[in-house]
Amino acid sequence: MSTPVSEPLNKPLSAAASKSRRRPLRFPWLLVYAIGYLIFLYLPVLLLPLFSFNDGTIVAFPMKGFTLKWYAQLGEQDTLLQAMVNSLIVGAVTALVATSLGLFAARAYVRYRFRGRELSEGLVMLPLVIPGIIVASSMLVLFISLGLKPSLTTVILGHVFVALPFAVSIMKSAFDDFDQSLEEAAFDLGESVIGTFRRVTLPIVAPGIVASLLVTFTVSFDEFVLAFFLSGNQPTLPVYIWSQIRFPAKLPNTLALGSLLLLASVLLLLTAEYFRRRSAKSA
Amino acid sequence: MAGFLRTEAGKGLVLSAPASLYVGFLVAAPLGILVAYSFWTQTYVEIDKTLTWANYLEAATDPLVRHLLLRSILIAAAVTAATVALAYPIAYFIAFRTHKKTLWLLLITIPFWSSYLLRVFSWKLVLGFNGVMNSALISMGLITEPLTFLLYNEFAVVLTLAHAWAPFAILPIYVSLQKIDRSLLEAATDLGLTKLERFIRVTLPLSVPGIIAGSLIIFIPTVGDYVTPSLVGGSQGKMVANLIQVQFGPANNWPLGATLSLVAMASVGFVAILFVILATALGRRIR
Repeated sequence: MSTPVSEPLNKPLSAAASKSRRRPLRFPWLLVYAIGYLIFLYLPVLLLPLFSFNDGTIVAFPMKGFTLKWYAQLGEQDTLLQAMVNSLIVGAVTALVATSLGLFAARAYVRYRFRGRELSEGLVMLPLVIPGIIVASSMLVLFISLGLKPSLTTVILGHVFVALPFAVSIMKSAFDDFDQSLEEAAFDLGESVIGTFRRVTLPIVAPGIVASLLVTFTVSFDEFVLAFFLSGNQPTLPVYIWSQIRFPAKLPNTLALGSLLLLASVLLLLTAEYFRRRSAKSA
Repeated sequence: MAGFLRTEAGKGLVLSAPASLYVGFLVAAPLGILVAYSFWTQTYVEIDKTLTWANYLEAATDPLVRHLLLRSILIAAAVTAATVALAYPIAYFIAFRTHKKTLWLLLITIPFWSSYLLRVFSWKLVLGFNGVMNSALISMGLITEPLTFLLYNEFAVVLTLAHAWAPFAILPIYVSLQKIDRSLLEAATDLGLTKLERFIRVTLPLSVPGIIAGSLIIFIPTVGDYVTPSLVGGSQGKMVANLIQVQFGPANNWPLGATLSLVAMASVGFVAILFVILATALGRRIR
């Protein structure tokens, strides 16, 4: 965070703004505000890792000594490990299904003009704006009515639903930057439709696919409300954490687990961002 | 048929069909069943499928339902207003006052990618009676007794959600500010507007679409938020989602739960449409 701090007020963008720059040193209120805002955004999140190393069971200052025991204890908890496995399965399947659906849909939206395109584009974004509790409760009722018991399968069905808008928008921007004449050239040189897709289209949008897989995996991995309603007796990691939050004695372990999850999410997302940028550059 | 599949329209439809059918089915089917349930009643485990308005009557007359629904909408409105107001200067800063746009956008979105549950949980730790804030203030000697008004009330809910939704407000507002044609701003200055006038009469109205988008994407999910009121809301901060969860969980009254979900959704839709109409009109007026 030190880079933007040391950065002087940047070159203004318009002539109007450059007029104001000629005035003697104006106090950069907005920059100060922006930095304050960043602190507001980061401070609570960074508390989890900070106190996960604290040798005490209460989250308060002054901190006691440094310890790694809360992390060490995590490995001994079987229900936690089972929840972790559940989350990994759900996340992986969700990522695969949502990204495949998103890949085809995004290709259609970017490449073809057809009746109902706007309707369809609006529809797949709908999961973003329906309150979670309503999605969760209505899906529970639906699945029970269809004879599907709450399980990892129902969680996956729900997670694909909420992850789809993310997959579609990432894949759309990947196809946006894609030069169609490459496909036409391959076609003219005698490749089949499938051959063109596999040997020309796929390699070019591959970074977008990786980004979409990572993002949808993270969305599923962190999702709580749907999993809470739909997981039955197969808790995912967030559902497990929810069950632990109530016990003050378990607090340090929850902090350690939470910190690991934070780290995993951020690493996954930064990797996704890297691939997304690469897909934009390669085009 | 085979001919249609080779046309542009055919290919587009076929490729987009799996996604739209999936979402379409999972929106329509649960909604349909929810509607059906809302006209049924439940005694213990038996569902009585005689159609009745009883659940709607109960939802309309029960003061607790009305109270929680109203409070959810008010809290969501407060959260939306607070988030947008706090976010606007940041969006403005990124759009007009810095060249490191990508870095700033990344910095703002990173915390949002951590688990929502964990972010809410950390606010509980910050605001608690023996929490981080109180213990820090005490060890600095600023207060002697822990502050009790921090946690378990509406304030805690609004603060936590204003934090959780930050990028959802910043990004759309930033996009609409970024789109503004800079020559319009120059023209405004050349025509003698002061900076404040220029902001109020040019920049702000042109960013209204971003404000509307950000507000909706925050307001709608917030009305139905479950985690935040449960963790930091206490009894004062409970919202309608908590009541819905009780019906599907401990109280085991699915028909009433279904009714409450539908009523909540309808209220959200109504308020959202009202807001869009008002904001659009206001945006036109100040111009």
